[in-house]
Amino acid sequence: MGYKSKTIILAIISVSLALLYVFYDLTGNIDYILPRRIMKVGAIILTGGAIAFATVVFMTITNNRILTPSVLGLDSLYMLIQTVIIFIFGANSIVMMNSGLNYLISISAMILFSLVLYRFLFRGEGNNIYFLLLVGMILGTFFGSFTDFMQVLIDPNEFGIAQDRMFASINNVDRNLVYISILIIALVLLYFKRFYKYLDVLALGKDDAINLGVPFDYVVKRLLIVVAILISVATALIGPITFLGLLVVNVAYELMKTYRHFYIILGSVFISIIALLGGQFLVEKVFTFSTTVSVIINFIGGVYFIYLLLKENKSW
Amino acid sequence: MVDLKNVFKSFGSRQIIEDVSLKIKKGTITSFIGPNGAGKSTLISMISRLIAKDDGDITIDGKDVFKTKNNELAKKISILKQSNTINLKLTVRELVSFGRFPYSQGKLKKEDWEKVDEAIAYLELEEIQDKFLDQLSGGQRQRAHIAMTVAQDTEYILLDEPLNNLDMRHASQIMKTLRRLVDEMGKTIVIVIHDINFASCYSDHIVALKDGKIVKQGRACDVIDRCVLKEIYDMDIDIREIDSQRICFYY
Repeated sequence: MGYKSKTIILAIISVSLALLYVFYDLTGNIDYILPRRIMKVGAIILTGGAIAFATVVFMTITNNRILTPSVLGLDSLYMLIQTVIIFIFGANSIVMMNSGLNYLISISAMILFSLVLYRFLFRGEGNNIYFLLLVGMILGTFFGSFTDFMQVLIDPNEFGIAQDRMFASINNVDRNLVYISILIIALVLLYFKRFYKYLDVLALGKDDAINLGVPFDYVVKRLLIVVAILISVATALIGPITFLGLLVVNVAYELMKTYRHFYIILGSVFISIIALLGGQFLVEKVFTFSTTVSVIINFIGGVYFIYLLLKENKSW
Repeated sequence: MVDLKNVFKSFGSRQIIEDVSLKIKKGTITSFIGPNGAGKSTLISMISRLIAKDDGDITIDGKDVFKTKNNELAKKISILKQSNTINLKLTVRELVSFGRFPYSQGKLKKEDWEKVDEAIAYLELEEIQDKFLDQLSGGQRQRAHIAMTVAQDTEYILLDEPLNNLDMRHASQIMKTLRRLVDEMGKTIVIVIHDINFASCYSDHIVALKDGKIVKQGRACDVIDRCVLKEIYDMDIDIREIDSQRICFYY
């Protein structure tokens, strides 16, 4: 089976899952339930798509299939922001309760952080992307430690709320935030359009890309900004879930067996949506909200990676 | 013509290239020889703008390689680096078609595919053109990469150790192909090479480097000389003439 038909099959599965999620056991107050479910599906498609897309682009730029944008430190920054808000204002404050305000603060802090980091690191001549990743990782660890430190100091009840934020959850998504996210992602995609043609060539590696006339530094810097904005939007909308990207993009590469980014991106986005929708369905119907979707995704992802390791190990 | 004037490059405190000036004439094969760490690869990377220079001028047909638009240069000069470890699911034909990117920006037209087919035929890769790169031997993969640079159809082709890891048959096959590119298609080729006998037999000009400086440059027969080689390699090398080719015995 070719990668084209596989893409179509993945698309059909995604759509069917979305329909199943929306219409399954639709009883009671339909006017209330239906719009809520549609919003949840919208949020899932947005975050799943954004993370899968950003991870494909990130892996292509870094030429590495086990790096995800989480090494840029955005997840840790998000946790730090949440903890700082609780630390300063308390869990019942307006900033914590008003999801719109929280969303705006988180997203602008994350995007600002990325831009400052890039600007600072790409100023000199030796603009090595691995140096950027190293600094991102160190800052991420720093944010993580600082978050831990503050969480030790706060009231145990508030700590519970902070910890709740550590796991992505799609159980209460604000309708307006979904609309804002759609708008931001659409603008980013519009900006991305003119760099799209470079992706296949970038995957050959830096030297070959330069040889074939790609303005390498220029393109990579702009693609990194695209990645940072997409990850920020997804994280601010439902919480830290970048591990998903590592999982779905690798599955997509295994499944599609092509180098063409058009199909890899589509495949990753669909697989990501399938994983999130399926996970959320399990959370609601099987586990009856006793866990969150990111726990399930991380569990399945972990198992898959152990499988990959064992498989690679055998082929040596 | 490739023209280097007083080029310098250092990594940290280590001076890699020191005041190198040289001209590379059109329609010739020029070989860079010298011991490990002499700066051959750095020099070829700077000519092809992969590494920035510290000081000096590098121009190709009068155009500064660091100031000209990258896509424009990609139609003039191509570079093949020594390690080609692409881990993508790519067939030979797909790899070669990437050579057309500077012209097509990813949307290949009929003329582009014709050039791809020509390049595949030139390197005699027709039979394996639909195989994936990871199914090929080192020699076949090297030829596929050279086919990509041929499809790129540039006047200047730079190759960093194209004979690395190849057996004698494949090595001489590749050198003959390069010779044909120069003689039949008028290309200008610059290679970094370790085997001085290959350099002696196939190149028009040789540039001998040591410790980042040019020791000697000139026609192949002038550089393949006992005194010059002694200075570069610190070895007494016996040179014999066989069928008017200078062959070095250093075994």
